[in-house]
Amino acid sequence: MEKDTKAFQRVYTKLFQLTKATVSLKASGIGNEELAIVDGRLAQVVKIMEDIVTLQVFAGTEGIATDAEVIFTGKAPTLKVGEDLAGRFFNAYGEPIDGGQIMGEEREIGGPSVNPVRRKQPSEFIATGIAGIDLNNALVTGQKIPFFADPDQPYNQVMANVALRAEADKIILGGVGLTNDDYLYFKRVFDDAGALDRIVGFINTTENPPVERLLVPDMALSAAEYYASEKGQKVLVLLTDLTLYADALSIVSNRMDQIPSKDSMPGSLYSDLARLYEKAVQFPDGGSITIIAVTTLSSGDITHAIPDNTGYITEGQLFLRKDSDIGKVIVDPFRSLSRLKQLVIGKRTREDHPQVMNAAVRLYADAANAKTKLENGFDLTDYDERTLDFAKAYSEKLLAIDVNIEVDAMLETAYELFGKHFSPVEVGLKQEFVEKYWKK
Amino acid sequence: MKSIGKVTGIIANLVIVETRERVAQNEICFIKHDDTRLMAEVIKIMGHKVYVQVFESTRGLKVGSEVEFAGHMLEVTLGPGLLSKNFDGLQNDLDKMTGIFLKRGEYTDPLEKDKEYEFEPLSKEGDKVIAGSWLGEVKENWIGHKIMVPFAFNGEFTVKSITKKGSYKMNDTMAVLVDKDGKEHKVSMVQKWPVKVPIRAFKEKPRPFKVLETGVRVFDTLNPIAEGGTGFIPGPFGSGKTVLQHALSKQAEADLVVIAACGERANEVVEIFTEFPELDDPRTGRKLMERTTIIANTSNMPVAAREASVYTAMTISEYYRAMGLKVLLLADSTSRWAQALREMSNRMEELPGPDGFPMDLPAIISNFYSRAGYVFLNNGESGSITFIGTVSPAGGNLKEPVTESTKKAARCFYALSQQRADSKRYPAIDPIESYSKYLEYPEIVEYLNKNNGENWTTNVWFIKDSLLRSKEVYEQINILGDDGVPLDYHITYWKGEVVDFVISQQDAFDKIDQRSEFKRQRYMLEKVVDVLKSEYKFESFEEVNPYFKRMINQFKQMNYSEFESEKFKKNEKELEVIIQERKVA
Repeated sequence: MEKDTKAFQRVYTKLFQLTKATVSLKASGIGNEELAIVDGRLAQVVKIMEDIVTLQVFAGTEGIATDAEVIFTGKAPTLKVGEDLAGRFFNAYGEPIDGGQIMGEEREIGGPSVNPVRRKQPSEFIATGIAGIDLNNALVTGQKIPFFADPDQPYNQVMANVALRAEADKIILGGVGLTNDDYLYFKRVFDDAGALDRIVGFINTTENPPVERLLVPDMALSAAEYYASEKGQKVLVLLTDLTLYADALSIVSNRMDQIPSKDSMPGSLYSDLARLYEKAVQFPDGGSITIIAVTTLSSGDITHAIPDNTGYITEGQLFLRKDSDIGKVIVDPFRSLSRLKQLVIGKRTREDHPQVMNAAVRLYADAANAKTKLENGFDLTDYDERTLDFAKAYSEKLLAIDVNIEVDAMLETAYELFGKHFSPVEVGLKQEFVEKYWKK
Repeated sequence: MKSIGKVTGIIANLVIVETRERVAQNEICFIKHDDTRLMAEVIKIMGHKVYVQVFESTRGLKVGSEVEFAGHMLEVTLGPGLLSKNFDGLQNDLDKMTGIFLKRGEYTDPLEKDKEYEFEPLSKEGDKVIAGSWLGEVKENWIGHKIMVPFAFNGEFTVKSITKKGSYKMNDTMAVLVDKDGKEHKVSMVQKWPVKVPIRAFKEKPRPFKVLETGVRVFDTLNPIAEGGTGFIPGPFGSGKTVLQHALSKQAEADLVVIAACGERANEVVEIFTEFPELDDPRTGRKLMERTTIIANTSNMPVAAREASVYTAMTISEYYRAMGLKVLLLADSTSRWAQALREMSNRMEELPGPDGFPMDLPAIISNFYSRAGYVFLNNGESGSITFIGTVSPAGGNLKEPVTESTKKAARCFYALSQQRADSKRYPAIDPIESYSKYLEYPEIVEYLNKNNGENWTTNVWFIKDSLLRSKEVYEQINILGDDGVPLDYHITYWKGEVVDFVISQQDAFDKIDQRSEFKRQRYMLEKVVDVLKSEYKFESFEEVNPYFKRMINQFKQMNYSEFESEKFKKNEKELEVIIQERKVA
């Protein structure tokens, strides 16, 4: 990579083809994926055919004329990394939103992947205080997990809470098509918590051109790699909302005349998303990148190509649901899953954690069956009645997203509820745990 | 003289090279870029324009870069030392790579060329040999690794000299062979072979006639896979594909296991890296890693190498099969491979087939599956590759091109069901939807009945039938209500549940239950069939549910106890008491 890009800059002024998102011109000596400035707007090389170079203009091509100035920079997209990043917010190009300069070393974004044999198996528990997560779907450093949520659900609020309570050295927010309101919300919450110095934000709001979004996750993850791999820090990356990222991908692929696959998404959607999510890693020296993302659904449909491909990539998913019995949003214990929880529960947390978790979810399932019975007009047994009471209390005291307690307290609460509604036989815990922890 | 060309076009990892020299379809070439050489494969030739897919990122690549063609197809290096290794899709030894991040254009030696192996000759001067004949043997972990006449040798050769017993390095000459024209050929421990060409160094490939014991009941008892057979596991995400594949790789009665982690999560491969060197192989007492080779092309590694990874894994399996070994090949997931094909086909602007996949997808898949199989080698020994692939159907919908194409190629179908996964019935293989065609092969039926008792297959069909009837009455009960159906319906339903809980379900995380050998499976099957064939007396339907729940619980205690141990027998006695309570004599 050339250090002094100025010397290599080449200027052209003759465009012969323009589409909504791309421009083509004759040029030579251009590298694939190189950046250029087209009429003052950032663009990237996406195709080279002999001496014809096609550039994707991130901000769109509105108003660009055939004699516009095109300056090639001789380098791929980069981010300046350094301690200076902390506490700052950047746009999709890695420029500080509040102006000013950043000192640091320039790094290409979207770099190579970690050699799988150099990874370590994730094993560190991330406490969030939310029982629906810690008790039932414990998160682990180095994990990648999205919220699957409908647009009206408070996923950004939950995510901000998780980020603040998780003991991360750095929190990196990648705002992909964030509404300005949500951007300001994140900023305020982090500021109020006095956590701004631990935050780095890369923000593309709905006011910015959609194709620019494609740069945001790579920017955020490059910053994360800097802190995790070089500084050995625990980094939490928040990406919201990757459905909008996928939509931007489909816009580009459509304009490049590619044949769409399922749900009008590009055929490479799986690889494109995996490239981001797989940046989640536990390094042997303690540094880690944990990714919590948001995939918004269209009325709960998880068979759509975006959530479907995401589900195959991530290590579980978290579902939020409004529980009408208690009038609160809960973390759905049936549909949520953290695939890595087995690595920490009962090991990094109390020994009876797995059993208590399973027993409570099973009883909650019994309550759901009782509810169906009730709705279908069948009579309820005494056990059914008790499961319904239990379910309501369980929802209120443990599943609701406003819960904020330690794991041990969650387990104690569970025993309290068990003891109040059931006999030890009905709960079916191991005898040794009943003797040790059951509330008499 | 190697052919030379020049880059004239770049679209992502599809690069167009102009050359006026000789090139071959699927030939490997290297593109010079700064100080590195990027490996690529020819996928189309149009006049002087050669389309190549680059196995690496093409960022920064420029038109005019020099290209050198290698003169051969993508090939793997075969020799002692492949076991316990972690390779990428192009057979680079991942442990030899420097740094935490993968570097573009870094290719490492798959084997240890300086390591010494104890060689023992298996042939003598004057022997007539052909490709695949065993010349000698070296110890690789616990396997007698055969040094063979290279598969590329055509016709008959005479052994002119063979190296004496002793320790040698792999590139030393182990034998000198003379062809029919009197020309001499040196043979070392190492040979190369193009991955897309099947190794045919065997005499005959019969219909499979033995069963591969996997230790997983829903396979062995309900839908057995033949040794040398093929099967596939489609399932939506979260239905337990990976746990099941890991269980198979741990428990199955294979001499060695090759795992192709194709486009899946890196942390899953790390789990194997971390656990297998620690876990004991119950059959040999050695570590599981010693019989395992991993080909890892995780989802964030270059897409084009994904296709290569499954072929690399298959070729390594064929190499060991030619040594007379029983190989289990697992590929997770073949859908990612098909997607890689789709991405490339798309960039080449080919007319797409269903869902944008290339038109020849079914042919590619069935060709690949056909490379598995049981073989008789030319020296009378036998070897096998049993292949099980997973499929990740989009949206969990089995009516998509990869699942449908695979269904035509594979003989066993293990359908993972979301519903079973949701109700924590693991392994979540639907016992009714799934099938094994091998259960209809007369030679397999004979094999099973000979080894597991003459009633084995009759019993298997009997419990399958019981599962089906149970499901049917369950639907009736749901529609008509508990008291709207005859009492018998409840009993039929619960008998099916006994089969489901005791045989279909198995705890992959329990030390004892995770592995169930045939002897044990036979014992439990006969026990369950006894229960199913007996009649029970109940006053009302309300008694049925708690009674069978107790019975199932007791059965499960047996599954959790070591076979034929005191605990097992005690639990069995208690089960007998429960059965006698209501059994009609």
